[in-house]
Amino acid sequence: MGYQASLRVWRGDAGTGKLTDYQVEVNEGEVVLDVLHRLQATQASDLAIRWNCKAGKCGSCSMEINGRPRLACMTRMSVFVPDETLTITPMRTFPVIRDLVTDVSFNYVKARQIPSFTPPPSVKPGEFRMQQVDVNRSQEFRKCIECFLCQNTCHVIRDHADNERPFAGPRFLMRIAELEMHPADVADRREIAQDDFGLGYCNITKCCTEVCPEHIKITDNALIPMKERVVGRKYDPVVWLGDKIARRTRRDTAKVPNTR
Amino acid sequence: MTQAPEAPARTRAQIGERTFRKDPWWRAPRITAAGLTIWVLYAVVRVFMGHWYWVPQYHYLTPFYSPCVSGECVPGSSALGRWIPAVPPIIPYAFVSLVFVLGFRLTCYYYRRAYYRAFWRSPGACAVREPHARYTGETRFPLIGQNLHRYFLYMAVLIAILLSYDAAQAFRGPHGNFGFGLGSLIMLANVILLWGYTLGCHSCRHITAGRLNNFSSHPLRYRLWTRVSWLNARHMQFAWITLGTLMLTDLYIMLVASGAFSDPRIFN
Repeated sequence: MGYQASLRVWRGDAGTGKLTDYQVEVNEGEVVLDVLHRLQATQASDLAIRWNCKAGKCGSCSMEINGRPRLACMTRMSVFVPDETLTITPMRTFPVIRDLVTDVSFNYVKARQIPSFTPPPSVKPGEFRMQQVDVNRSQEFRKCIECFLCQNTCHVIRDHADNERPFAGPRFLMRIAELEMHPADVADRREIAQDDFGLGYCNITKCCTEVCPEHIKITDNALIPMKERVVGRKYDPVVWLGDKIARRTRRDTAKVPNTR
Repeated sequence: MTQAPEAPARTRAQIGERTFRKDPWWRAPRITAAGLTIWVLYAVVRVFMGHWYWVPQYHYLTPFYSPCVSGECVPGSSALGRWIPAVPPIIPYAFVSLVFVLGFRLTCYYYRRAYYRAFWRSPGACAVREPHARYTGETRFPLIGQNLHRYFLYMAVLIAILLSYDAAQAFRGPHGNFGFGLGSLIMLANVILLWGYTLGCHSCRHITAGRLNNFSSHPLRYRLWTRVSWLNARHMQFAWITLGTLMLTDLYIMLVASGAFSDPRIFN
């Protein structure tokens, strides 16, 4: 049966705002986004919310509900007790446009900087032949819906805005891992992963994995394997010695220019 | 001509609260900190104790003293020989292995997560503001040294082989013939779990086949990688269980060696 839920919703723009209290009707089977829509329809017609699919696949309705980064459309009201006050705030890592809507363009800037898929020049379109077993790892990362909850919860930029320049965040380090593990990619992004995208800033505390609504094992399957590849490229003294003896010169694919 | 007013500069939501989380987010780091502290205190006391580490009649040697390479080691306890006449009291008898065991655990990807959260609070829990003004992660000395984890893995494999030898020795009875007691089984369980922890390491996963892009060209390495990945998915559990079994094995051998407890023999 329905009940009246207590909501504290962050209202404001350009970073200034405050938590405003509301009482909103909740019906059985509803999710937080439904309740926010009812609030918008009945009491706060100017409340800004970004949403689209209501099915956990578009990644639009990312916000923080009782301090936890979540998708509003995938957070059932039944996980809260009826007399609990829900605190709903925008993602803290990104600038606020208005109310619960944030400006996530930081992520698109980082995405553009990554050297894209680079097949061998000799392979023509239509000639790719890959075994499923070779692309399983990359396919896990392709489940990403770009909700940016991982970027939002990562303390490297969440608590240290000054790291936004040297650190790309888990979503884009995972993108680098996806391309690096691709069987038909010949670019080498290991050095720039460390030097330009800040893989070394990651201290593998796994918050990105904890909040991922697609349950991608970001840390174990992307970031740590990428760290290990970087070790082989930059920090392994035996590899370094082998390169010196064999006079191998390695050059990474450069970061995409003019994207900063 | 009128000019449109500029949009205000966008900034993050100015929220003073450290977190709005209502769940007991502080519980896990406290439990981790307590568990690690208790274990470290126990291990420090034991490695510097200098006795009750060897049960001569059943060939039980505690993992904290293997290999016992000091000249002061009890005869029979030194599988690799006694390399130096004596060590100062501040150096444990098994300093050769302990430094690598410590390094392996300190640089382990799971333990890093655990102690960064529990002790350094970086972060204490997800979406809870950390107390540090600056953060450089593992980009600078000394934390850049975490990248040497794979070398500690190589040493940990050697140490696991040695502990396997110690466990095999524990299946010799008082007269050198086959025989075992409860202590032998505890040592065996400990070493099996230690192998589970060691081989489930993220560096091991990388070395076996994680570094490859074409699994289909290396089917044996791929199969090995799937096994290591299975262990790796349980790395946290193995990390904690082996802390417990190391402590239990040592405590058991200490009790038997000191005479406080007699080992129940199952065969011979």
